Amino acid sequence: MIIFRYENSFEGLLTLVFESYRLNLFPDKIVSDNESQTMIFSDTVSIVADERKAERVWKKIIEKSSKESANMLQIVFLSEHPEASGLIYDFCRLMVEKPYNIETDFSLEPVLKLSRLFNKVAAETARVRMFTRFQETSENTYYASFSPKYNVLPLCIQHFTDRFADQEWIIYDLKRNYGFYYNLIETVRITFEELPANPENGQIPESSKSADEQHFQKLWKKYYDSISIVQRKNYRLHRQRLPKRFWKYLPEKN
Amino acid sequence: MLMISEKTYDKLKILAGSAKYDVSCASSGTQRSNTSGGLGNASAWGICHSYSDDGRCISLMKIMLSNNCIYDCAYCINRRSNDHPRATFMPKELADLTIGFYRRNYIEGLFLSSGVLRNPDYTMEQMISVVKELRANHRFNGYIHMKVIPGSGSELINEAGKWADRLSVNLEIPTEDNLKFLAPEKNYESILKPIHLITDKINENREDRKRFRKVEKFTPAGQSTQFVIGASDDTDRTILKLAGRLYDQRNLKRVYYSGFIQVNGYDSRLPVLTTPPLVREHRLYQADWLLRFYGFGVDDIVNNEHPDLDLSLDPKVVYALRNPWLFPVDINKADYYSLLKVPGIGPRSARLIADARIHNHLNSYHLKKIGVVMKRAQYFITCHELGYSKTIQELKPEFVRQLILTGQKSTDAVQLSLFNLPVPLATAI
Repeated sequence: MIIFRYENSFEGLLTLVFESYRLNLFPDKIVSDNESQTMIFSDTVSIVADERKAERVWKKIIEKSSKESANMLQIVFLSEHPEASGLIYDFCRLMVEKPYNIETDFSLEPVLKLSRLFNKVAAETARVRMFTRFQETSENTYYASFSPKYNVLPLCIQHFTDRFADQEWIIYDLKRNYGFYYNLIETVRITFEELPANPENGQIPESSKSADEQHFQKLWKKYYDSISIVQRKNYRLHRQRLPKRFWKYLPEKN
Repeated sequence: MLMISEKTYDKLKILAGSAKYDVSCASSGTQRSNTSGGLGNASAWGICHSYSDDGRCISLMKIMLSNNCIYDCAYCINRRSNDHPRATFMPKELADLTIGFYRRNYIEGLFLSSGVLRNPDYTMEQMISVVKELRANHRFNGYIHMKVIPGSGSELINEAGKWADRLSVNLEIPTEDNLKFLAPEKNYESILKPIHLITDKINENREDRKRFRKVEKFTPAGQSTQFVIGASDDTDRTILKLAGRLYDQRNLKRVYYSGFIQVNGYDSRLPVLTTPPLVREHRLYQADWLLRFYGFGVDDIVNNEHPDLDLSLDPKVVYALRNPWLFPVDINKADYYSLLKVPGIGPRSARLIADARIHNHLNSYHLKKIGVVMKRAQYFITCHELGYSKTIQELKPEFVRQLILTGQKSTDAVQLSLFNLPVPLATAI
C-alpha cells in the first residue's frame, strides 16, 4: 500500500498531485502531515510543498476544467473534511484521464461528492454571515467569536469588511484560535495568546463591554421573544434552520 | 446621544408583537454597496440572522412605528375597538435602535409598518422621517422595507420610494365584497391605487436610468403584497388568479399568504378557527413557487373544476395526476421545462440532470445521487434502465395517488394487491 503524505496546505496538496504524475506513482491513500497515522506494511512518500509545482497544477485545472472548478477545490479543502483531500486528488486524476471537462459529469462519484461538500462549506459560510454577533467593547471595537464547523472565516471576511466599513471589528475562530481584525483601513489576520472571550458563550468579560452592550443584548432578546407567533410554533423547523451548535453564541437564545 | 431608555423595552415588546402578523421578511432583491465611510450594504440574496420558535426567518427588524389605529378591521389585532396596550416610537428612537442592532449583525435592516395615526398622510410622513433619519444622518445603506398606508398621497409614496428598497401595500382580502364586509372603512380603490402607482414609477424609473447616468433608484427591490388566508370564503382560485395577475401585470416581486390567526375571537363576521390554516398556506406557497419558477400557469393549478388546492398532496403532484398523458418523461431527452414538471424534480436537480446527461446516460442510481425524490418521481419518468418501476401509464392515476399518499414503492404495492386477492383461499386451507 502506497501512502502519500503532504504538508497541510492547499499548495501542499496540489504539489502532491504534481509529484504523483512525475513519479508515475498513484497513492492508495493520502494523509496530511498533522494526521499522525503510522501504517505497517506500507510505503510512505513525504511530499514537500513547492509553489511552482502547485502553480502548474492550478493552471492545468483551469485549462482542462475551469476557474470555477479550481475555486471549488480550494474551498472544499477548507472544509477540513477527512475525505476532502482524497476527493480533490481523485478529481484531478479524472480530469487528466477523461477527454472532456468533467466538472458537470455528476455521474462520476468524486464530482458529485465534491459538489455536495462544496455546498456544505458554502452553507457554513452563509451561517457565519448570519449568526455572527458582535459585542461592543468599551473601546468601541465590535467583537465576535464562535467555532464554525469548517475553516470558513477567510471566506466571510470580505462580506464583513464591505458591510461594517465604519466600525472597528474583530471576528475570532475559537476552535482554530485565529481571527481577523479590521482597523478602519484594512483587515489583518490576528492570533491572541489567550482566548479573549469565554469559549462557552463567546462573550467578552463584562468589564470590557461598552455601557450600552447589555442594553442592546436585552433589547434584542425582547424583540426575539415578541416576534414569535405561539399559534404557529414549529420546533422542528426552528432546530433545522438554526442549528443547536450556534445557540450558545446567540444572545437571543440565552 | 442615544435615545434608548427603560420605556424602549415596553415599546419594543408591544410594537414587535403587533407587527409579527405581517409575514414578509425578505431582504433580497437589491444589491447596494456601502458608500465610503458609511454603514451597511444590501446583498442580492438576502440574509436571515435568526429564526424564531415558529421557524420563520428573522432578517429585518419588523416593527410598527405605532399600533394606534383609526380603523376597525375585523381580522386585525390593532383595530380601534381592541383593548390592547398601545405605544408609539419617536422616529429618532427607532432609528437608534435599528443602528444598534445592525452594528451587532443582528439584522439585515428595517421593516417599518404602522397603524394609521390621525390620517394616512400624517402616518406616512412619520414613517418617512424614520427612514430619512437612517439614510441621511446615520449614512445607513442596509435594507429598508416600508409599508405604504392605503390612501396616502402620491407625493408621499414617491418620497418613500426614494429611500426604501421595497414598498408594499397589503391587499389582505382578495375580493372587494369581502373586504367591505370585514373592513368597512377601507376600500379597494385606495389599496389598488398605490400598487399601480408604484409599478408605474418603477417602470418610469427604469426608462430614466437607461437614458440618464445619474438617476436615483426607485424601490430597487420592487413591491410586494400580502393576503390573509381563511378569514373570508374566497377560493384558492380567486387568490391565485389575483396573485398571477399581480406578478404578470404589476411586476410584483412577491405575494405573501398569511394563514388567518384568530386574534379577535369575539367578532362574529370571522370564521371560527382553532388553529391557523397552515397546510392551506403551505400549499398556496407551493403553488406560488410553481407560478414563479416552474413555468406553470394559474389554470394548470386551479380551475373551474378544481377551485381549491388539494390539501393532502402538493400541487405539482396533483397537476401530474390530472395530466397523465404528459408522462412519463424521458430523463435523458426531455428539455429542462419538461423535467421541471416532474414531481420530485426541482430546479436544482433539473439543472444537474441537464448538465450531467451530456456525458453519460443517467439511470436511477444517478438520479438518487443527484437528489431527485424518487418516491414521487418514479411514476413519472423513464431513464436509461428497463422496467425500473411502473409508470403512471401502466398504473392508473388514482392508484398512483394512493401510492404516493401511503409512500409505498410500486413493486411492494403491486405485490400487496396481488396477495390481497386470494385471501379467502388462504383461510380455507
